[in-house]
Amino acid sequence: MTRRLPLIALAALLAPAAQAQTATAPTPTPTPGGLVVDVEGGISAPMGIAVPPMPTSEVVSTPAGPTDALGRQLADVITGDLKNSGLFKPLPTGQLLNVPFAEATAPNYTGWSAAGATALVQGYVRANGNGTLTVGCYLYDTAQQRELARQGYVLPFGEWRRAAHKCADMVYTRLTGEGPYFDSRVVYVSETGPKGKRVKRLALMDQDGFNGRFLTNGQTIVLTPTLSRDQRRIAYLSYLDKKPTIYVYDIASGRQTKLVTDVSLAFAPRFSPDGRWILFSMAQNGNTDLYRIPSGGGQWQRLTTSPGIDTGGSYSPDGSKIVFESDRSGAQQLYVMNADGSNQQRISFGNGRYATPAWSPRGDLIAFTKIGGGFHVGIMSPTGGGEKMLTDGWQDEAPSWAPNGRVIMFFRSTQGGSGVADLWSVDLTGVNERRLPTPFDGSDPNWGPIRTD
Amino acid sequence: MATTTTKLILLAALATTAGCASKRPKVLPPTAGETPVDPNAGANNGVGAVIPGSPQDFQRSVMSDTIHFALDMYDIDAASRSILDTQATWLLKWPDRRITIEGHADERGTREYNLALGDRRANAAKNYLAAKGINPARITTISYGKERPIALGSDEASWAQNRRAVTIVLQ
Repeated sequence: MTRRLPLIALAALLAPAAQAQTATAPTPTPTPGGLVVDVEGGISAPMGIAVPPMPTSEVVSTPAGPTDALGRQLADVITGDLKNSGLFKPLPTGQLLNVPFAEATAPNYTGWSAAGATALVQGYVRANGNGTLTVGCYLYDTAQQRELARQGYVLPFGEWRRAAHKCADMVYTRLTGEGPYFDSRVVYVSETGPKGKRVKRLALMDQDGFNGRFLTNGQTIVLTPTLSRDQRRIAYLSYLDKKPTIYVYDIASGRQTKLVTDVSLAFAPRFSPDGRWILFSMAQNGNTDLYRIPSGGGQWQRLTTSPGIDTGGSYSPDGSKIVFESDRSGAQQLYVMNADGSNQQRISFGNGRYATPAWSPRGDLIAFTKIGGGFHVGIMSPTGGGEKMLTDGWQDEAPSWAPNGRVIMFFRSTQGGSGVADLWSVDLTGVNERRLPTPFDGSDPNWGPIRTD
Repeated sequence: MATTTTKLILLAALATTAGCASKRPKVLPPTAGETPVDPNAGANNGVGAVIPGSPQDFQRSVMSDTIHFALDMYDIDAASRSILDTQATWLLKWPDRRITIEGHADERGTREYNLALGDRRANAAKNYLAAKGINPARITTISYGKERPIALGSDEASWAQNRRAVTIVLQ
């Protein structure tokens, strides 16, 4: 059912609103000249798109650089986002025409069409007197010679990249029918140092790997961070004082609070979608079960009681269910239960072991690590159907979903004494795989929602 | 008092000798390009200077501070029992000494599962020592999962070394 949604949205692009309501065909039938990116087949035939530098009304020097340079950088970031999605083929820089300011809202359709762009993204940048930038973003169909969408953003100088991500989201959602994901952030563990004593620091970055900053100094092992839905807090595991337990980091204040106290090992924290709870795993006398605790602290509640290792939980988007892994059957397998721990049902039955399940924000899929003939990132439905492997590395692990449920970030480790871990992303086709340009190595990515701040 | 001290020195000497004769090396020779840190470095500085009951004394007195586990297992096998028995003997002799047991896993597992597995291994060692009469209140455990490998290769021999529980006497 949910897989159908993007298709209906695609159809809506092509037909008058009244007809779109009744569009039930399994695949959209593009009208000649209509602009559609097929998210299944688009990987093999990405849409030609042009994103020329955004002109400025007046070249003004800002803390983020002169506005004409910003116009070029904005176009570069938009181009990068669209290219990385695998669904677009941006024109190379050398083929981009210069856009005079007056032309930003009156494009040279025939010129761009002749250059191979079926879609065109134009805009402008203007420095305001109060320390902000205004960025305009326009999407055009060069064949039908019409505007498809427009947005404007006013942001502080230092946040100019967000205008580009928002513009790219507008283009992506309008042309694919999928949800946005470019204006989002990822919390992860930055890794440096030798394999036997890796230095690990909490780090926060934009989804494209830029704007990174470190939140901890590396003196203590930190693992498995997770962002709250409101993006104000990060829950993670810290070995502070050699007592591995869960802490909550408040992003605005930088304050860290121990959440689970007086236990020998609490780990694998996950926020509930409403932010009220943190699901976690706790080991007591060698037995690990799932618990939940109010995210502001308080008394925990036990959710599972099996004698095996129950860990790696993840909430369904509506918060009503939890998928987790357990070796109660003898090896790691995936189970789904109600959020209060009732009605536990096994959903994975294939060969090998299944770990680190992550419920898609769209609700339709569960991503996991599959161990067996290597470590793979795979997907299946919440009832265990349609199992499909997306990656095949030496050791791919710990998938986390983009806000639109179409892209997955994970970490890939290489072998040997000089082996390192790095962040990668892959889309649901399994074809569009790429490494994130983090400044150092990285692991344990957790992809946050679309920014609303 | 004098005889006790003599006995201790003798015991220590015996343990050292026995170690030379039969004990497998705690750390296999490093492969080219790798320089693992010797966890016992400094333990033998000045043979006569080791204080009875000290962490150094523990190192000299036991067959090993480390036991190993099979893939995805946490049971205490015969080799591990022999090692833990010597640890229990020392701990019974020094009833005011507290220990922590570190549980570790090899790299071929997911991070969170390996944390739980390391905890299982540390607790298996703890439970064995408790069964040998050591008050469990003297024993804390900590799991490092796959975060602190001692052998850095990605091969069966390295993984076998990393699946371990290490007993550390607290200062």
